Amino acid sequence: MAMKRPEPVQVVKQRRDAALSALVHGVPYVQFLGIEFDRRGDELTAVMPFDEGLIGNPMLQALHGGAIAGFLEVTAVIGLAWSVLWEELENGEMNLEDITAGQMPRLPKTIDFNVDYLRSGLPRDSYARARVNRSGRRYASVHVEAWQDQRARLFAQATGHFLMPPRGNG
Amino acid sequence: MDSAKIKMAEQFISLVPHCKALGMKLTLIEDGVAEMELPYDAKLVGDPETGVLHGGAISALMDTCCGTAAMSHPSSPAGTATIDLRIDYMRAATPGQTVTTRAECYHITRSVAFVRATAFDDDKDRPVATATGAFTVEGK
Repeated sequence: MAMKRPEPVQVVKQRRDAALSALVHGVPYVQFLGIEFDRRGDELTAVMPFDEGLIGNPMLQALHGGAIAGFLEVTAVIGLAWSVLWEELENGEMNLEDITAGQMPRLPKTIDFNVDYLRSGLPRDSYARARVNRSGRRYASVHVEAWQDQRARLFAQATGHFLMPPRGNG
Repeated sequence: MDSAKIKMAEQFISLVPHCKALGMKLTLIEDGVAEMELPYDAKLVGDPETGVLHGGAISALMDTCCGTAAMSHPSSPAGTATIDLRIDYMRAATPGQTVTTRAECYHITRSVAFVRATAFDDDKDRPVATATGAFTVEGK
């Protein structure tokens, strides 16, 4: 029996990129902060390019704590939603037509979010990655790390708990 | 709290680019207490299906309000920075309504200010979110 021939790489990439783009670009607040996501396989890196509007202390040109918290929370919510969406894309529950027709899964809701500010945010681009430590049927726990110039020198980290949206047929 | 210090606080907040971008307003400042509001704005929506504001916008409001309460405390000489901030989201803020928050600096040492805050929409009996944070005490 012959193995099923794998899909061409561009078809797979197009489906994944379209799904991620629909997820990210549908949220006004993500656009307000100017956040974009880089994707390598299932790994996402959130990028928040520096903008004058993110400043919280004009004298020190430091990023606002609220902008940093928002960046981390966006990274956590999108990272968590993406991990669910990824599974659905892989097992065929969700396809490109559903996505282009605007059939996106509901986003998780934040229950609580705890931010540690480790050093002040410089007037530079910021990066963040989320790690889903637990993802159950109803609750999820996500950790986020954010850095600027050096990956090992975090300027903020956060842990949050989320309520998962109800899945299709329960 | 003397009026010069109040003026300074109002001016300081109005000059913060991120607060301006969000449309935040300071409505009250006393010794160790601050109240601020965030009018509803479609650009701050986190869930396009419901039109509910993103938690990040509420975080920014509560962080600013807590920091202002810390700075307004009589034992605080000048500036402050957030050490940590925890937010509990009790319910979604009703779309279209202004979110108001009141923060209180309930303890301050030479180096750390402890602050808590509660946020509401038009329904003043059911909080939208609560926050607790630790802030640095700077200056002198």
